[in-house]
Amino acid sequence: MNNSEILETVGRISGVNPRKCMKCGKCSGACPAYDEMEYHPHQFVSMVESGRIEELMHSKGIYTCLSCFACVERCPRMVEPARLIEAVRAVYLRQQGMDHMKPEHIPEILDEDLPQQAVTSAFRKYRR
Amino acid sequence: MQRIGVFVCWCGSNIAATVDVEKVSEVLGHEPGVVFSTNYQYMCSQTGQDMVQAAIRDYALTGVVICACSPRMHETTFRRACERAGLNPYLVEIANIREQCSWIHKDKAVGTEKAIILGRAAIAKVQLNKPLQAGESPVTKRALVIGGGIAGIQTALDIADAGYPVDIVEKQPTIGGKMTQLDKTFPTLDCAACILTPKMVEAAQNENIHIYSYSEVEAVKGFVGNFHATIRKKARYVKEDVCTGCGLCTEKCPQKKVPNEFNLGLDTRRAVYIPFAQAVPKVATIDADYCMMLKSGKCGVCSKVCTAGAIDYHQKDELIEQDYGAIVVATGYNPIKLDKFDEFAYSQSPDVVSSLEFERLMNAAGPTGGVLLRPSDHTHPKTLVFVQCVGSRCDSEEKGKPYCSKICCMYTAKHAMLCREKYPDTEVYVFYIDVRTPGKNFDEFYRRAVEEYGVHYIKGMVGKVVPENGKLKVQASDLLDNRQLHIDADMVVLAAAIEPDESARPLATMLTASMDTNNFFTEAHPKLRPVESPTAGIFLSGACQGPKDIPETVAQAGAAASKAIGLLSKDHLTCNPCVAEPDELMCNGCSSCEKVCPYGAITYADKEFRGPNRTTLLRRVAQVNPAVCQGCGACTVACPSGAMDLKGFSNKQIMAEVDAICR
Repeated sequence: MNNSEILETVGRISGVNPRKCMKCGKCSGACPAYDEMEYHPHQFVSMVESGRIEELMHSKGIYTCLSCFACVERCPRMVEPARLIEAVRAVYLRQQGMDHMKPEHIPEILDEDLPQQAVTSAFRKYRR
Repeated sequence: MQRIGVFVCWCGSNIAATVDVEKVSEVLGHEPGVVFSTNYQYMCSQTGQDMVQAAIRDYALTGVVICACSPRMHETTFRRACERAGLNPYLVEIANIREQCSWIHKDKAVGTEKAIILGRAAIAKVQLNKPLQAGESPVTKRALVIGGGIAGIQTALDIADAGYPVDIVEKQPTIGGKMTQLDKTFPTLDCAACILTPKMVEAAQNENIHIYSYSEVEAVKGFVGNFHATIRKKARYVKEDVCTGCGLCTEKCPQKKVPNEFNLGLDTRRAVYIPFAQAVPKVATIDADYCMMLKSGKCGVCSKVCTAGAIDYHQKDELIEQDYGAIVVATGYNPIKLDKFDEFAYSQSPDVVSSLEFERLMNAAGPTGGVLLRPSDHTHPKTLVFVQCVGSRCDSEEKGKPYCSKICCMYTAKHAMLCREKYPDTEVYVFYIDVRTPGKNFDEFYRRAVEEYGVHYIKGMVGKVVPENGKLKVQASDLLDNRQLHIDADMVVLAAAIEPDESARPLATMLTASMDTNNFFTEAHPKLRPVESPTAGIFLSGACQGPKDIPETVAQAGAAASKAIGLLSKDHLTCNPCVAEPDELMCNGCSSCEKVCPYGAITYADKEFRGPNRTTLLRRVAQVNPAVCQGCGACTVACPSGAMDLKGFSNKQIMAEVDAICR
């Protein structure tokens, strides 16, 4: 897929219209994982708007997004940045062999305090 | 034989860009009855009007069709032009090929086709037009101003100054409105009370102004120049003309726990109260929801202490009937409720306040005597966070408003500046999306807050506020620095969006005045007639028409007054001759029309008709009072026997239009 095809696919999967954003930054103000990612929720929206989708796709930050939907809840313009990130992740993973999480990673991250459910859901989310 | 002229306007490129005007005038020129057809760039200009007049004379036209903008825009212009050329003005028809055609179509072929159809309909209708003569109706030389805030007061003062009597109806016990609750006013920082209270007193003392305080408009009937209003003067259980405003009752009343609405519930008042020291009229009011005497018959303290004998527990609501020529709406605004904004902890912490509450906390006559104290523990706040656009510019209908509330940028700059000036030990942060300061000396004011007073302006929105151990943990984004901020604040002030007063919607229905989806009154034209409602005789003053600050409100109030004065200065108004007319032979006397008439223009009379075999029948038939009828056409639709017709819009004319469209 070229850049504009990715943009179109992301738009279709997410249903997000980045032009609705008024750049208030409330999403980034609300984000609990802000310091964990190199691009922040308001930047997701503006990067998609300006077509810098590949940079976003290859950023580690999209897997740090907790999908807590605080940004979706608080956005005064109903832009819903988290849906955008979900879509970018999905587009990336839909490419052949691009899974972010592979079964062999699991033993490594298993930890007594971590509910197994979290691992299962992460596995579903980061793998096609 | 009809001789009709067709005139197609380009409206610059407004019409010509999506409608082939040449083709429209060419095709319409071949319609039956049309003897002349042309097009021109600006038909409403002097040259355009001259073309119409010349054609009327040269071709002896018996009817004129103008294909142009909405009749609401220029129907009167073209009627006058035709009248000057000797043609009855009601022989003019407008085909709206702008708002209903060129502005809504993109495809020129589609637009052109529709313009031709609309033109054909108008030609079909004008064939059946009859010359009509307009009558006259008198004007009651008295104005009604609904709402006694700064907008209503200024409008009333200006109308009174021109020599006409004005009544102000205010639902609160005092006039003054929101401005009485403000501390200082931007951008000059003069105290609101110091500039408002003299105007309130002036209004009270002006012999042309009568103030109905603690009153509401209950019903309005009639039409421009001849309105009839019913005003409910609510029982305040105090004789207004006897009370001296000494305030003794308000000190002695044992019911002390009534939330004080003037201070937005930040402190309490008694059940008998005067809202504030400079109230006009300065008369006590008993709050029936809290007065023990009115609720249980046990108390009567106020009556005992009142030396003037003004207390009257048996007072009843009073209905006042009055005629008016003009009505000015000045119902104002309110900040929205903030209970839906859980992310800012407004309902969780008393130290998160709205800007209007902050205004009271800074005011010398407020609950803290002008000393800024946290509502929770009455300590001095050291770190203050101001959040802009709370509920403004919001796409979610349930949470906020889609518009910019216009006043928040400036009052927040004012609050931040005053805070830093009075308490230099404070740190003040303002989180903004955009700083909007278009106004005389406004941007300079905001820059002073930043440069001289050291207010921290941060581009970004607060994401959440969490009360924790007496502090307010504020998490926000700084978009320019690209970092997330965490501030331990002592107080958070929310700049709440503003909305029209809840009385506005029912009032608009009563006045048949139009409103937008946000419940702001609609102006007759957004640029050229900003203070008139599309309903004749109804004028708009202040924030009921849209968010605005005090200077703009006062300017609009004066403009509304001058429009009202222009109306009141006329002895007679030309009536609309397009009124209902019953066909008495077809009327069956069913009263359907009488029931639907919103103006009370239809009555019934028993009339003699010739029956079969030289007998005389007495039949009950509808009668229309043409001076009262406004030509709304409700009766023509309601009449089951088709006996009611609207002059200029007869059933036959409408059907001719429909036939032409379907041809």
